[in-house]
Amino acid sequence: MHLMYFTEQPMSAYPEQAGRDFGATALMLSNKHFDPVEGSRLYNNYIEQYMLAEEVGVDGIMLNEHHNAPFCMQAKANIFAALLAGMTKKVKIVMLGNPLPLAENPIRLAEELAMIDMISKGRLVSGFVRGGGQEQLATGVNPAFNRERFEEAHDLVTRAWTQTGPFRFEGNHYQHRVVNPWAVPLQKPYPRVWIPGVISKETIVWAAQQRYPYIALNTSIEQTKKIWELYDSVAADVGYVGGPENRGYLIQVHVSDNEEKAIENARQFRWMQGEFTGLAHPVWSTPSGYGSPTARRAFVEFASGRANNPRGETSFEQQMADLRIIAGTPKTVVAKLKRILEETRPGILALWGNDGRVSQADSLTCIKLIGQEVFPAIREIAKSLDLKSPFEANAPVHLKYSTDLKPRKAAAAE
Amino acid sequence: MAGVDWTDSTVEAGGIKLHLRRAGPAGKKSRSVMVLHHETGTLDQLPFYDALAAHYDVLVPHHPGYSRSERPAWMRGVRDIAVIHRGLLSDLKIKDAALVGLGFGGWIAAEMASMAPDDLSHLVLVGAMGIKPPQGDILDLAITGYIDYARAGFHDQKAFDRVYGAEPSIDQLEMWDICREMSFRIAWKPYMYSQTLPHLLGAVRAPSLVVWGDDDRVVPQSAAARYVEALPNAKLEIVKASGHCVDMEQPDALAKLIVDFIGRE
Repeated sequence: MHLMYFTEQPMSAYPEQAGRDFGATALMLSNKHFDPVEGSRLYNNYIEQYMLAEEVGVDGIMLNEHHNAPFCMQAKANIFAALLAGMTKKVKIVMLGNPLPLAENPIRLAEELAMIDMISKGRLVSGFVRGGGQEQLATGVNPAFNRERFEEAHDLVTRAWTQTGPFRFEGNHYQHRVVNPWAVPLQKPYPRVWIPGVISKETIVWAAQQRYPYIALNTSIEQTKKIWELYDSVAADVGYVGGPENRGYLIQVHVSDNEEKAIENARQFRWMQGEFTGLAHPVWSTPSGYGSPTARRAFVEFASGRANNPRGETSFEQQMADLRIIAGTPKTVVAKLKRILEETRPGILALWGNDGRVSQADSLTCIKLIGQEVFPAIREIAKSLDLKSPFEANAPVHLKYSTDLKPRKAAAAE
Repeated sequence: MAGVDWTDSTVEAGGIKLHLRRAGPAGKKSRSVMVLHHETGTLDQLPFYDALAAHYDVLVPHHPGYSRSERPAWMRGVRDIAVIHRGLLSDLKIKDAALVGLGFGGWIAAEMASMAPDDLSHLVLVGAMGIKPPQGDILDLAITGYIDYARAGFHDQKAFDRVYGAEPSIDQLEMWDICREMSFRIAWKPYMYSQTLPHLLGAVRAPSLVVWGDDDRVVPQSAAARYVEALPNAKLEIVKASGHCVDMEQPDALAKLIVDFIGRE
């Protein structure tokens, strides 16, 4: 079991009322509401949190990035990854991840990641994401080519990492006449790539085809099971058996030494007006061409205010009841996590420990309890359930490095 | 309108299946006018189309990737559409056509005119995109809701209600999304204009009419002056009490301007 700590790095000092008055807390909410003095304080708080997380023995620190919004202060995940590469000694630096389509020059991304891997002495996990719709708009990237750019940039980055240069890359979206970066990863064949996601079937299928672990982001137990069903079926098609080493799960968990306080702090998981990524116009979150064409009709109904959010809207209490938010003392939290582990069998688990306006003192207490009490108990449970991480299972980094493939016979179509 | 008989067909141009609506005055040969529709696609029936078809052989091709035409995944620019429509005119053996470009369709028409300067009788651009407005910016589809965007094309919201209904159907919303996706594919950056078009327009020989609604909130009126300046032989007409979609908001006024410009036949 690989156990990680995660925070969105909330910009908790933004004036909430300004967002409510404007009617949005993403993309177009003016950055005049961003206070760099508070920003400086908070970035340093987050560094303190990460350093404590390493000290109390977490296996990995999960990083991500978003743009133009208070829910996440990391505008470039590689900046924090580079900091952690130099400041920490043991933890895996798990990037979930770099939004590939936002890269106009994926070779620079490959170089940055290679540097992080070398500086950290091989502790990089280089996850990749498509980036939300708003990220495309915030960076001027064409949402209609999001998936094509994702796959092509992935191809280019992994080739830059593995193929001896110089070589030439002529793609549809990326053309590079000289690919020969003098920074290549320490880990061979290349750093592990994990793929986080929440709604797109296509991404689950793609991850399974690459044999990359898929990290389900705060999905319900039922949704998570469906994700593994699909993943395992694709895995069988391409010739391997999906298992815990292919499965990751991120969940909002706040731990405290006092049940009431834990629940009070856990309410902050809903601090962005109850939405993960804040209030936004639906066409910002899902610009045309970004989503799956199969969801087009349902989406336009929702976007015009004639249907409920297809992602669902649930209350804090319901999310607690569904185990999508867990809060309490270590004992309570471990019991609930045990159920999730039993039902969904992940080999990678990330606890999203603190959000919103939870104080630095309470955040540090949470991290300490996670590292010293929750994770040791989870490790024992994982052992008894045989939940191995990709590291423990020595899983291949990519399908093409597999030595155990037995592709399912093609259906009797021929 | 009496005497206007529309036919629908699927035609192939440049290997792409295009939907084409065509009509003209019964029993006589008349000048061909190709109407290039907006980035929001087009409805099948519009009083403006009927008004033109009373005088001319009117062709309304659905652009590749818009409305009922298939989407060529390879397309990367608005000039690609212009080439396809040029091919369509050739396939149909139409020479000396007049082009009427509406909004985004105006950009396509301007590109077409710049390609074969001698081969058009008239060029009419109505609230045309395609040029970076010297003042103001073209309204951004990507951050505007479907209905808000479509409504922004109208000065009087009652006119929008007449055309689309106060609550546009889900079919309509879905169509707007399909059209939007194609616009992103071919006109994302720079958004809805070409940096070379103003320089290419100097070659256009066809007399040109530039029309703008006096309350265009989609393409700033400053672009009208830029078009008139770039085209060697152009005049400007402003339609009162009209937003960007002059064709849908003031169909009679626009049709009259065009008929006066092209001539009665």
